[in-house]
Amino acid sequence: MALAKDYQSVMGRSNDIQKEALGLDYAVFETSPISFDYEALMTSTGYTLEEIERIQGLYGVGNTPLLELRNMTKLARKYAKPGFGARIFAKDESCNASGSFKDRRAACAVAHAKKLGYKGVMAATSGNYGAAVASQAAMQGLNCIIVQECYDSKGVGQPEIVEKARKCEALGAEVVQLTVGPELFYSFLSILEDTGYFNASLYSPFGIAGVETLGYEIAMQCREKLGKDPDMVVCTTAGGGMVTGTGRGLQKAGCKAELVAASIDLTGLHMASDVQFNKKSCTTGHTGFGVPYATDPDHSDVPRSAARPLRYMDRYVTTTQGEVMYTTEMLANLEGIERGPAGNTALAAAFSLAQELPEDAILVVSETEYTGAGKHIQPQLAFARENGIEIKFGDPSEDKPGQNIVLPANPGLIKYKEADLNHFRQSLIKKSVKKAGVKPTDADLEFLAVETKTDVDFVKKTLEENGLL
Amino acid sequence: MAKKGDWVRIHSVVLKAEERTAKLPEDTQKCDLEQWTKGFLQEESAKVGDVVTVVTAVGRTEKGTLLEENPHYTHSYGEFVPEIIEIDRQLREIMNFGGEE
Repeated sequence: MALAKDYQSVMGRSNDIQKEALGLDYAVFETSPISFDYEALMTSTGYTLEEIERIQGLYGVGNTPLLELRNMTKLARKYAKPGFGARIFAKDESCNASGSFKDRRAACAVAHAKKLGYKGVMAATSGNYGAAVASQAAMQGLNCIIVQECYDSKGVGQPEIVEKARKCEALGAEVVQLTVGPELFYSFLSILEDTGYFNASLYSPFGIAGVETLGYEIAMQCREKLGKDPDMVVCTTAGGGMVTGTGRGLQKAGCKAELVAASIDLTGLHMASDVQFNKKSCTTGHTGFGVPYATDPDHSDVPRSAARPLRYMDRYVTTTQGEVMYTTEMLANLEGIERGPAGNTALAAAFSLAQELPEDAILVVSETEYTGAGKHIQPQLAFARENGIEIKFGDPSEDKPGQNIVLPANPGLIKYKEADLNHFRQSLIKKSVKKAGVKPTDADLEFLAVETKTDVDFVKKTLEENGLL
Repeated sequence: MAKKGDWVRIHSVVLKAEERTAKLPEDTQKCDLEQWTKGFLQEESAKVGDVVTVVTAVGRTEKGTLLEENPHYTHSYGEFVPEIIEIDRQLREIMNFGGEE
Protein backbone atom coordinates (compact mmCIF):
# COMPACT_ATOMS: atom_id res chain seq x y z
CA MET A 1 0.00 0.00 0.00
CA ALA A 2 1.30 3.44 -0.88
CA LEU A 3 2.32 5.58 2.08
CA ALA A 4 0.25 8.68 2.83
CA LYS A 5 2.23 11.70 1.65
CA ASP A 6 0.36 14.50 3.42
CA TYR A 7 2.26 16.85 5.74
CA GLN A 8 1.28 15.21 9.05
CA SER A 9 2.02 11.68 7.82
CA VAL A 10 5.43 12.47 6.36
CA MET A 11 6.51 14.57 9.36
CA GLY A 12 5.31 11.75 11.62
CA ARG A 13 7.72 9.38 9.86
CA SER A 14 10.58 11.89 10.10
CA ASN A 15 12.79 9.82 12.43
CA ASP A 16 12.48 6.65 10.35
CA ILE A 17 13.09 8.49 7.09
CA GLN A 18 16.19 10.16 8.51
CA LYS A 19 17.56 6.92 9.90
CA GLU A 20 17.19 5.25 6.50
CA ALA A 21 18.67 8.25 4.74
CA LEU A 22 21.78 8.58 6.90
CA GLY A 23 22.57 4.93 7.54
CA LEU A 24 23.16 6.05 11.12
CA ASP A 25 21.11 5.51 14.26
CA TYR A 26 21.56 8.56 16.46
CA ALA A 27 19.73 6.91 19.36
CA VAL A 28 22.83 4.93 20.32
CA PHE A 29 24.68 8.15 21.17
CA GLU A 30 22.04 9.47 23.55
CA THR A 31 23.18 9.27 27.18
CA SER A 32 20.32 11.16 28.87
CA PRO A 33 17.40 13.40 27.82
CA ILE A 34 19.91 16.29 27.82
CA SER A 35 23.26 14.76 26.88
CA PHE A 36 24.73 12.67 24.11
CA ASP A 37 28.21 11.38 23.34
CA TYR A 38 29.40 13.91 20.77
CA GLU A 39 32.89 12.47 20.36
CA ALA A 40 31.43 8.99 19.83
CA LEU A 41 29.18 10.43 17.12
CA MET A 42 32.18 12.08 15.46
CA THR A 43 34.37 8.96 15.58
CA SER A 44 31.47 6.77 14.40
CA THR A 45 32.25 8.02 10.90
CA GLY A 46 35.37 5.88 11.02
CA TYR A 47 37.23 8.55 9.06
CA THR A 48 40.54 9.74 10.44
CA LEU A 49 42.00 13.07 9.41
CA GLU A 50 44.41 11.22 7.09
CA GLU A 51 41.56 9.29 5.44
CA ILE A 52 39.60 12.50 4.90
CA GLU A 53 42.67 14.16 3.37
CA ARG A 54 42.97 11.18 1.03
CA ILE A 55 39.31 11.33 -0.05
CA GLN A 56 39.40 15.11 -0.53
CA GLY A 57 42.63 14.79 -2.49
CA LEU A 58 40.93 12.40 -4.92
CA TYR A 59 38.12 14.86 -5.66
CA GLY A 60 39.71 18.27 -6.11
CA VAL A 61 39.23 19.42 -2.55
CA GLY A 62 41.61 20.89 0.01
CA ASN A 63 45.21 22.09 0.03
CA THR A 64 44.03 25.54 -0.97
CA PRO A 65 46.50 28.45 -1.03
CA LEU A 66 47.07 30.59 2.05
CA LEU A 67 47.33 34.10 0.61
CA GLU A 68 48.90 37.04 2.41
CA LEU A 69 46.78 40.16 1.96
CA ARG A 70 49.65 42.65 2.08
CA ASN A 71 47.84 45.76 0.90
CA MET A 72 44.92 45.20 3.22
CA THR A 73 47.36 44.75 6.09
CA LYS A 74 49.08 48.01 5.08
CA LEU A 75 45.72 49.77 4.96
CA ALA A 76 44.60 48.37 8.34
CA ARG A 77 47.85 49.65 9.91
CA LYS A 78 46.95 53.21 8.85
CA TYR A 79 44.08 53.02 11.36
CA ALA A 80 45.92 51.15 14.14
CA LYS A 81 48.12 52.39 17.00
CA PRO A 82 51.88 52.41 16.15
CA GLY A 83 53.23 48.86 16.22
CA PHE A 84 49.78 47.34 15.72
CA GLY A 85 48.08 45.73 12.73
CA ALA A 86 48.49 41.96 12.39
CA ARG A 87 49.48 40.38 9.08
CA ILE A 88 46.21 39.29 7.43
CA PHE A 89 46.03 36.02 5.48
CA ALA A 90 43.11 34.33 3.76
CA LYS A 91 42.62 30.68 2.96
CA ASP A 92 41.54 30.79 -0.70
CA GLU A 93 38.79 28.22 -0.42
CA SER A 94 37.31 29.33 -3.73
CA CYS A 95 40.01 27.08 -5.25
CA ASN A 96 38.05 23.98 -4.21
CA ALA A 97 36.28 22.13 -7.03
CA SER A 98 32.93 23.93 -6.78
CA GLY A 99 34.29 27.19 -5.39
CA SER A 100 33.85 27.10 -1.63
CA PHE A 101 34.92 25.35 1.58
CA LYS A 102 31.64 23.42 1.41
CA ASP A 103 33.39 20.92 -0.89
CA ARG A 104 35.20 19.66 2.19
CA ARG A 105 31.86 18.75 3.76
CA ALA A 106 30.39 17.33 0.57
CA ALA A 107 33.39 15.17 -0.43
CA CYS A 108 33.14 13.01 2.67
CA ALA A 109 29.35 12.87 2.76
CA VAL A 110 29.15 11.78 -0.88
CA ALA A 111 31.99 9.26 -0.52
CA HIS A 112 30.18 7.81 2.48
CA ALA A 113 26.89 7.59 0.55
CA LYS A 114 28.69 5.80 -2.25
CA LYS A 115 30.34 3.38 0.14
CA LEU A 116 26.96 2.51 1.66
CA GLY A 117 25.47 1.88 -1.79
CA TYR A 118 23.04 4.79 -2.10
CA LYS A 119 22.07 5.76 -5.67
CA GLY A 120 21.92 9.46 -4.99
CA VAL A 121 22.36 12.24 -2.47
CA MET A 122 20.10 15.04 -1.34
CA ALA A 123 20.71 18.24 0.55
CA ALA A 124 18.49 21.05 1.77
CA THR A 125 20.46 24.25 1.22
CA SER A 126 20.22 27.66 -0.39
CA GLY A 127 23.96 28.11 0.00
CA ASN A 128 27.21 27.03 -1.62
CA TYR A 129 26.70 23.57 -0.17
CA GLY A 130 24.27 22.74 -3.00
CA ALA A 131 26.94 23.20 -5.66
CA ALA A 132 29.43 21.32 -3.50
CA VAL A 133 27.16 18.26 -3.21
CA ALA A 134 26.25 18.46 -6.90
CA SER A 135 29.93 18.67 -7.85
CA GLN A 136 30.98 15.76 -5.65
CA ALA A 137 27.99 13.68 -6.79
CA ALA A 138 29.07 14.26 -10.39
CA MET A 139 32.68 13.26 -9.62
CA GLN A 140 31.67 10.19 -7.67
CA GLY A 141 28.92 9.10 -10.06
CA LEU A 142 25.75 9.57 -8.00
CA ASN A 143 22.47 11.38 -8.63
CA CYS A 144 21.83 14.60 -6.76
CA ILE A 145 18.78 16.63 -5.69
CA ILE A 146 19.12 20.02 -4.02
CA VAL A 147 16.13 21.59 -2.25
CA GLN A 148 16.37 25.33 -1.74
CA GLU A 149 14.34 28.16 -0.26
CA CYS A 150 14.58 30.67 -3.08
CA TYR A 151 11.50 32.82 -3.73
CA ASP A 152 9.07 35.13 -2.00
CA SER A 153 5.32 34.78 -2.63
CA LYS A 154 5.62 37.03 -5.72
CA GLY A 155 8.05 34.53 -7.22
CA VAL A 156 10.98 36.95 -6.88
CA GLY A 157 14.22 35.11 -6.17
CA GLN A 158 17.30 36.31 -4.33
CA PRO A 159 19.93 36.80 -7.09
CA GLU A 160 22.54 35.02 -4.97
CA ILE A 161 20.32 31.95 -4.49
CA VAL A 162 19.22 31.88 -8.14
CA GLU A 163 22.89 31.72 -9.13
CA LYS A 164 23.42 28.82 -6.77
CA ALA A 165 20.49 26.98 -8.42
CA ARG A 166 22.04 27.57 -11.84
CA LYS A 167 25.35 26.18 -10.69
CA CYS A 168 23.73 23.04 -9.21
CA GLU A 169 21.91 22.42 -12.50
CA ALA A 170 25.11 23.03 -14.47
CA LEU A 171 26.69 20.26 -12.40
CA GLY A 172 23.85 17.88 -13.27
CA ALA A 173 21.65 18.11 -10.18
CA GLU A 174 17.90 18.49 -9.99
CA VAL A 175 16.97 21.63 -8.10
CA VAL A 176 13.65 21.86 -6.26
CA GLN A 177 12.86 25.43 -5.28
CA LEU A 178 10.39 26.63 -2.68
CA THR A 179 8.95 29.79 -1.23
CA VAL A 180 9.88 30.94 2.26
CA GLY A 181 9.15 28.73 5.25
CA PRO A 182 10.46 25.92 7.43
CA GLU A 183 8.07 23.40 5.84
CA LEU A 184 10.76 23.01 3.18
CA PHE A 185 11.77 20.15 5.45
CA TYR A 186 8.50 18.37 4.58
CA SER A 187 9.21 18.53 0.84
CA PHE A 188 12.77 17.42 1.55
CA LEU A 189 11.74 14.41 3.65
CA SER A 190 9.03 13.43 1.20
CA ILE A 191 11.44 13.31 -1.75
CA LEU A 192 14.06 11.60 0.41
CA GLU A 193 11.53 8.89 1.24
CA ASP A 194 10.45 8.44 -2.39
CA THR A 195 13.97 8.27 -3.82
CA GLY A 196 15.77 6.40 -1.01
CA TYR A 197 18.71 8.79 -1.47
CA PHE A 198 21.31 9.60 1.17
CA ASN A 199 20.74 12.73 3.27
CA ALA A 200 24.03 14.58 2.68
CA SER A 201 23.11 16.86 5.56
CA LEU A 202 25.31 19.85 6.29
CA TYR A 203 25.21 18.75 9.90
CA SER A 204 26.19 15.08 9.67
CA PRO A 205 29.41 13.88 11.34
CA PHE A 206 30.83 13.08 7.85
CA GLY A 207 30.27 16.65 6.75
CA ILE A 208 31.78 18.27 9.82
CA ALA A 209 34.73 15.87 9.93
CA GLY A 210 35.42 17.04 6.37
CA VAL A 211 36.02 20.61 7.60
CA GLU A 212 38.67 19.50 10.10
CA THR A 213 41.24 19.48 7.28
CA LEU A 214 40.68 23.22 6.89
CA GLY A 215 41.77 24.02 10.45
CA TYR A 216 44.60 21.53 10.18
CA GLU A 217 45.87 23.03 6.91
CA ILE A 218 45.76 26.56 8.36
CA ALA A 219 48.01 25.53 11.25
CA MET A 220 50.39 23.54 9.04
CA GLN A 221 50.69 26.19 6.31
CA CYS A 222 51.43 28.90 8.89
CA ARG A 223 54.14 26.71 10.40
CA GLU A 224 55.68 25.97 7.00
CA LYS A 225 55.47 29.48 5.52
CA LEU A 226 55.85 31.64 8.60
CA GLY A 227 57.54 29.38 11.09
CA LYS A 228 54.85 29.97 13.68
CA ASP A 229 51.23 29.32 14.53
CA PRO A 230 48.48 31.80 13.72
CA ASP A 231 47.45 33.98 16.67
CA MET A 232 43.87 34.37 15.54
CA VAL A 233 41.61 32.54 13.07
CA VAL A 234 38.40 34.27 12.01
CA CYS A 235 35.53 32.18 10.60
CA THR A 236 32.26 33.34 9.10
CA THR A 237 29.48 31.57 10.96
CA ALA A 238 25.96 30.62 9.88
CA GLY A 239 25.11 26.98 10.57
CA GLY A 240 28.26 26.61 12.68
CA GLY A 241 30.03 23.94 10.61
CA MET A 242 32.97 26.13 9.64
CA VAL A 243 33.68 27.13 13.25
CA THR A 244 33.26 23.57 14.51
CA GLY A 245 35.34 21.83 11.85
CA THR A 246 38.06 24.49 11.79
CA GLY A 247 38.21 24.49 15.60
CA ARG A 248 38.55 20.70 15.68
CA GLY A 249 41.23 20.76 12.97
CA LEU A 250 43.25 23.42 14.79
CA GLN A 251 43.04 21.33 17.97
CA LYS A 252 44.19 18.23 16.08
CA ALA A 253 47.22 20.23 14.92
CA GLY A 254 47.88 21.31 18.52
CA CYS A 255 47.30 24.95 17.55
CA LYS A 256 45.95 27.30 20.22
CA ALA A 257 44.95 30.25 18.02
CA GLU A 258 42.06 32.34 19.29
CA LEU A 259 38.99 31.30 17.27
CA VAL A 260 36.68 34.18 16.40
CA ALA A 261 33.26 33.63 14.80
CA ALA A 262 31.85 36.44 12.66
CA SER A 263 28.36 37.04 11.26
CA ILE A 264 26.65 39.90 9.49
CA ASP A 265 24.24 41.50 11.94
CA LEU A 266 20.71 41.12 10.56
CA THR A 267 18.95 41.63 13.88
CA GLY A 268 15.33 42.60 13.35
CA LEU A 269 14.78 40.65 10.11
CA HIS A 270 12.70 37.50 10.59
CA MET A 271 14.17 34.60 8.63
CA ALA A 272 10.78 33.02 7.85
CA SER A 273 9.11 36.27 6.80
CA ASP A 274 7.85 36.40 3.22
CA VAL A 275 8.08 40.19 3.05
CA GLN A 276 11.51 40.45 4.69
CA PHE A 277 13.02 37.59 2.65
CA ASN A 278 14.15 39.88 -0.14
CA LYS A 279 15.06 42.75 2.20
CA LYS A 280 18.20 40.81 3.05
CA SER A 281 21.09 41.71 0.81
CA CYS A 282 23.35 38.85 1.89
CA THR A 283 21.68 35.47 2.17
CA THR A 284 24.12 33.68 4.43
CA GLY A 285 26.82 34.28 7.01
CA HIS A 286 24.39 36.35 9.05
CA THR A 287 23.05 36.30 12.60
CA GLY A 288 19.67 34.98 11.39
CA PHE A 289 21.42 31.60 11.05
CA GLY A 290 24.48 32.16 13.20
CA VAL A 291 22.75 32.81 16.52
CA PRO A 292 19.98 30.16 16.42
CA TYR A 293 22.38 27.46 15.20
CA ALA A 294 24.92 28.36 17.91
CA THR A 295 22.39 28.42 20.75
CA ASP A 296 20.20 25.51 19.56
CA PRO A 297 22.26 23.33 17.21
CA ASP A 298 19.77 20.46 17.19
CA HIS A 299 17.04 22.15 15.14
CA SER A 300 18.62 21.12 11.83
CA ASP A 301 17.79 18.27 9.44
CA VAL A 302 19.47 15.56 11.59
CA PRO A 303 18.56 14.41 15.12
CA ARG A 304 21.88 15.66 16.56
CA SER A 305 23.94 18.23 14.73
CA ALA A 306 27.67 17.60 14.46
CA ALA A 307 28.11 21.39 14.12
CA ARG A 308 28.35 22.72 17.68
CA PRO A 309 30.13 26.05 17.33
CA LEU A 310 29.91 27.15 20.99
CA ARG A 311 32.24 24.27 21.86
CA TYR A 312 35.00 25.91 19.83
CA MET A 313 34.58 29.67 19.52
CA ASP A 314 36.40 32.06 21.85
CA ARG A 315 34.60 35.18 20.64
CA TYR A 316 31.60 36.05 18.46
CA VAL A 317 31.70 39.35 16.57
CA THR A 318 29.33 40.97 14.10
CA THR A 319 29.77 43.17 11.04
CA THR A 320 27.26 44.92 8.79
CA GLN A 321 26.19 44.25 5.20
CA GLY A 322 27.76 47.56 4.12
CA GLU A 323 31.09 46.70 5.75
CA VAL A 324 31.18 43.26 4.09
CA MET A 325 30.38 44.74 0.67
CA TYR A 326 33.02 47.44 1.08
CA THR A 327 35.58 44.82 2.14
CA THR A 328 34.70 42.65 -0.87
CA GLU A 329 35.52 45.58 -3.13
CA MET A 330 38.71 46.16 -1.10
CA LEU A 331 39.81 42.56 -1.70
CA ALA A 332 39.27 43.00 -5.44
CA ASN A 333 40.93 46.41 -5.75
CA LEU A 334 43.82 46.09 -3.32
CA GLU A 335 44.62 42.39 -3.60
CA GLY A 336 43.48 41.63 -7.13
CA ILE A 337 41.20 38.82 -5.97
CA GLU A 338 37.52 38.97 -6.90
CA ARG A 339 35.51 36.75 -4.58
CA GLY A 340 31.89 36.36 -3.43
CA PRO A 341 30.67 38.67 -0.67
CA ALA A 342 29.25 36.21 1.88
CA GLY A 343 32.61 34.54 2.38
CA ASN A 344 34.10 37.95 3.17
CA THR A 345 32.08 38.41 6.37
CA ALA A 346 35.03 37.17 8.40
CA LEU A 347 37.40 39.30 6.30
CA ALA A 348 35.51 42.50 7.18
CA ALA A 349 35.74 41.59 10.86
CA ALA A 350 39.41 40.63 10.43
CA PHE A 351 40.30 44.02 8.93
CA SER A 352 39.16 45.59 12.18
CA LEU A 353 40.37 42.83 14.56
CA ALA A 354 43.87 42.99 13.04
CA GLN A 355 44.20 46.60 14.22
CA GLU A 356 44.13 45.40 17.83
CA LEU A 357 46.90 42.83 17.40
CA PRO A 358 50.65 43.61 17.23
CA GLU A 359 52.32 43.82 13.81
CA ASP A 360 54.07 40.49 14.18
CA ALA A 361 50.81 38.64 14.92
CA ILE A 362 49.28 36.34 12.30
CA LEU A 363 45.56 36.55 11.59
CA VAL A 364 43.99 34.02 9.22
CA VAL A 365 40.58 34.36 7.60
CA SER A 366 39.37 30.81 7.00
CA GLU A 367 37.70 31.17 3.59
CA THR A 368 36.89 32.87 0.34
CA GLU A 369 34.11 31.78 -2.01
CA TYR A 370 33.53 31.97 -5.77
CA THR A 371 31.78 34.93 -7.32
CA GLY A 372 29.52 35.13 -10.36
CA ALA A 373 26.34 36.70 -11.74
CA GLY A 374 23.97 37.34 -8.84
CA LYS A 375 26.61 36.41 -6.30
CA HIS A 376 28.45 39.69 -6.40
CA ILE A 377 28.06 43.05 -4.68
CA GLN A 378 26.78 44.87 -7.79
CA PRO A 379 23.66 42.73 -8.36
CA GLN A 380 23.16 42.53 -4.61
CA LEU A 381 23.27 46.30 -4.15
CA ALA A 382 21.15 46.83 -7.28
CA PHE A 383 18.60 44.32 -5.95
CA ALA A 384 18.59 46.08 -2.57
CA ARG A 385 17.88 49.40 -4.27
CA GLU A 386 15.01 47.81 -6.28
CA ASN A 387 13.57 46.59 -2.99
CA GLY A 388 13.55 50.07 -1.48
CA ILE A 389 16.70 49.71 0.63
CA GLU A 390 18.59 52.98 1.02
CA ILE A 391 22.26 52.74 0.05
CA LYS A 392 24.56 55.45 1.35
CA PHE A 393 28.05 56.24 2.61
CA GLY A 394 28.29 56.90 6.31
CA ASP A 395 29.09 55.37 9.66
CA PRO A 396 28.20 51.63 9.68
CA SER A 397 26.87 52.08 13.21
CA GLU A 398 23.82 53.70 11.53
CA ASP A 399 23.07 50.38 9.78
CA LYS A 400 19.45 49.21 9.98
CA PRO A 401 18.97 45.76 8.37
CA GLY A 402 16.08 45.77 5.91
CA GLN A 403 16.05 49.57 5.69
CA ASN A 404 19.52 50.66 4.64
CA ILE A 405 23.00 49.56 3.67
CA VAL A 406 25.62 51.93 5.05
CA LEU A 407 28.89 51.68 3.16
CA PRO A 408 31.69 52.94 5.40
CA ALA A 409 32.60 56.53 4.43
CA ASN A 410 36.24 55.51 4.90
CA PRO A 411 37.98 52.21 5.77
CA GLY A 412 38.70 53.45 9.30
CA LEU A 413 34.98 53.19 10.06
CA ILE A 414 34.95 49.40 9.59
CA LYS A 415 34.56 48.22 13.16
CA TYR A 416 33.42 44.84 14.36
CA LYS A 417 30.98 44.62 17.28
CA GLU A 418 31.62 42.18 20.09
CA ALA A 419 28.57 40.00 20.68
CA ASP A 420 27.83 38.77 24.20
CA LEU A 421 29.12 35.21 23.96
CA ASN A 422 28.14 34.39 27.54
CA HIS A 423 24.58 35.34 26.71
CA PHE A 424 24.58 32.78 23.85
CA ARG A 425 26.13 30.18 26.16
CA GLN A 426 23.41 30.77 28.76
CA SER A 427 20.81 30.55 26.03
CA LEU A 428 22.09 27.10 24.93
CA ILE A 429 22.14 25.83 28.52
CA LYS A 430 18.58 27.03 29.22
CA LYS A 431 17.18 25.68 25.93
CA SER A 432 18.79 22.26 26.39
CA VAL A 433 17.34 21.80 29.87
CA LYS A 434 13.91 23.22 29.04
CA LYS A 435 13.61 21.05 25.91
CA ALA A 436 14.48 17.89 27.89
CA GLY A 437 12.08 18.80 30.69
CA VAL A 438 14.12 16.98 33.33
CA LYS A 439 16.41 17.98 36.19
CA PRO A 440 20.03 17.79 34.95
CA THR A 441 22.35 15.23 36.51
CA ASP A 442 26.03 15.90 37.32
CA ALA A 443 26.94 14.29 33.98
CA ASP A 444 24.53 16.66 32.22
CA LEU A 445 26.15 19.67 33.89
CA GLU A 446 29.53 18.53 32.63
CA PHE A 447 28.10 17.94 29.15
CA LEU A 448 26.66 21.47 29.08
CA ALA A 449 29.98 22.92 30.25
CA VAL A 450 31.73 21.25 27.29
CA GLU A 451 28.90 22.30 24.96
CA THR A 452 29.51 25.93 25.87
CA LYS A 453 33.29 25.93 26.49
CA THR A 454 32.63 27.01 30.07
CA ASP A 455 32.76 25.16 33.41
CA VAL A 456 30.28 23.42 35.69
CA ASP A 457 30.04 26.50 37.93
CA PHE A 458 28.96 28.63 34.96
CA VAL A 459 26.32 26.06 33.99
CA LYS A 460 25.02 25.76 37.57
CA LYS A 461 24.83 29.51 38.03
CA THR A 462 22.90 29.90 34.75
CA LEU A 463 20.41 27.20 35.70
CA GLU A 464 19.97 28.48 39.27
CA GLU A 465 19.31 32.02 38.08
CA ASN A 466 16.57 30.66 35.86
CA GLY A 467 15.02 28.28 38.37
CA LEU A 468 16.08 25.24 36.35
CA LEU A 469 18.24 23.47 38.93
CA MET B 1 2.96 24.84 -27.20
CA ALA B 2 5.41 22.39 -25.64
CA LYS B 3 5.68 18.86 -26.98
CA LYS B 4 6.72 15.57 -25.45
CA GLY B 5 10.37 15.55 -24.38
CA ASP B 6 10.68 19.36 -24.17
CA TRP B 7 12.50 20.77 -21.14
CA VAL B 8 9.97 22.71 -19.06
CA ARG B 9 9.55 24.34 -15.65
CA ILE B 10 6.57 23.39 -13.51
CA HIS B 11 4.96 24.92 -10.44
CA SER B 12 2.86 23.43 -7.67
CA VAL B 13 1.37 24.37 -4.32
CA VAL B 14 2.76 22.09 -1.63
CA LEU B 15 0.63 23.49 1.19
CA LYS B 16 -2.22 25.98 0.93
CA ALA B 17 -1.97 28.93 3.32
CA GLU B 18 -4.67 27.46 5.59
CA GLU B 19 -2.82 24.12 5.73
CA ARG B 20 0.37 25.68 7.09
CA THR B 21 0.64 24.77 10.75
CA ALA B 22 4.32 25.57 11.35
CA LYS B 23 5.23 28.53 13.55
CA LEU B 24 5.33 31.33 10.97
CA PRO B 25 5.30 35.12 10.94
CA GLU B 26 1.88 36.56 10.04
CA ASP B 27 2.86 37.60 6.50
CA THR B 28 4.13 34.11 5.58
CA GLN B 29 1.07 32.50 7.17
CA LYS B 30 -1.06 34.18 4.47
CA CYS B 31 0.95 32.62 1.62
CA ASP B 32 0.82 29.18 0.02
CA LEU B 33 4.01 27.10 0.17
CA GLU B 34 4.93 26.90 -3.50
CA GLN B 35 7.40 24.69 -5.32
CA TRP B 36 9.16 24.75 -8.69
CA THR B 37 11.21 22.18 -10.57
CA LYS B 38 12.17 21.30 -14.14
CA GLY B 39 12.02 18.24 -16.32
CA PHE B 40 11.14 16.58 -19.65
CA LEU B 41 7.45 16.91 -20.56
CA GLN B 42 5.67 13.54 -20.67
CA GLU B 43 2.41 14.57 -22.38
CA GLU B 44 2.20 14.61 -26.20
CA SER B 45 1.69 18.36 -26.05
CA ALA B 46 0.78 20.99 -23.47
CA LYS B 47 0.49 24.73 -23.10
CA VAL B 48 1.40 27.05 -20.25
CA GLY B 49 -1.16 26.62 -17.45
CA ASP B 50 -1.88 22.93 -18.14
CA VAL B 51 -1.31 20.37 -15.39
CA VAL B 52 1.48 18.16 -16.69
CA THR B 53 3.93 15.42 -15.72
CA VAL B 54 7.69 15.76 -16.08
CA VAL B 55 10.67 13.48 -15.57
CA THR B 56 13.37 15.46 -13.75
CA ALA B 57 17.16 15.47 -14.18
CA VAL B 58 17.51 12.51 -11.79
CA GLY B 59 14.60 10.58 -13.35
CA ARG B 60 11.97 11.44 -10.77
CA THR B 61 8.36 11.90 -11.91
CA GLU B 62 6.73 15.11 -10.72
CA LYS B 63 3.37 16.75 -11.52
CA GLY B 64 2.65 20.46 -11.68
CA THR B 65 1.34 23.35 -13.71
CA LEU B 66 3.38 24.11 -16.81
CA LEU B 67 4.98 27.52 -16.24
CA GLU B 68 7.71 27.91 -18.82
CA GLU B 69 9.02 26.13 -21.91
CA ASN B 70 12.79 26.12 -22.44
CA PRO B 71 13.38 27.85 -19.09
CA HIS B 72 16.52 29.95 -18.83
CA TYR B 73 18.24 32.10 -16.24
CA THR B 74 18.15 35.88 -16.34
CA HIS B 75 20.13 36.80 -13.23
CA SER B 76 23.04 39.06 -14.01
CA TYR B 77 25.69 41.40 -12.65
CA GLY B 78 22.92 43.90 -11.98
CA GLU B 79 22.41 47.56 -12.80
CA PHE B 80 25.24 50.04 -12.39
CA VAL B 81 25.84 51.02 -8.76
CA PRO B 82 27.87 54.27 -8.69
CA GLU B 83 28.93 53.76 -5.05
CA ILE B 84 31.13 50.84 -6.11
CA ILE B 85 33.23 53.08 -8.35
CA GLU B 86 33.54 55.54 -5.45
CA ILE B 87 34.86 52.78 -3.14
CA ASP B 88 37.46 51.82 -5.76
CA ARG B 89 38.57 55.42 -6.23
CA GLN B 90 38.83 56.04 -2.49
CA LEU B 91 40.84 52.90 -1.76
CA ARG B 92 43.31 53.48 -4.55
CA GLU B 93 43.76 57.09 -3.48
CA ILE B 94 44.45 56.16 0.17
CA MET B 95 46.92 53.51 -0.94
CA ASN B 96 48.47 55.94 -3.42
CA PHE B 97 48.51 53.34 -6.20
CA GLY B 98 50.65 54.54 -9.08
CA GLY B 99 52.14 57.31 -6.93
CA GLU B 100 55.40 57.81 -5.04
CA GLU B 101 56.30 55.19 -2.41
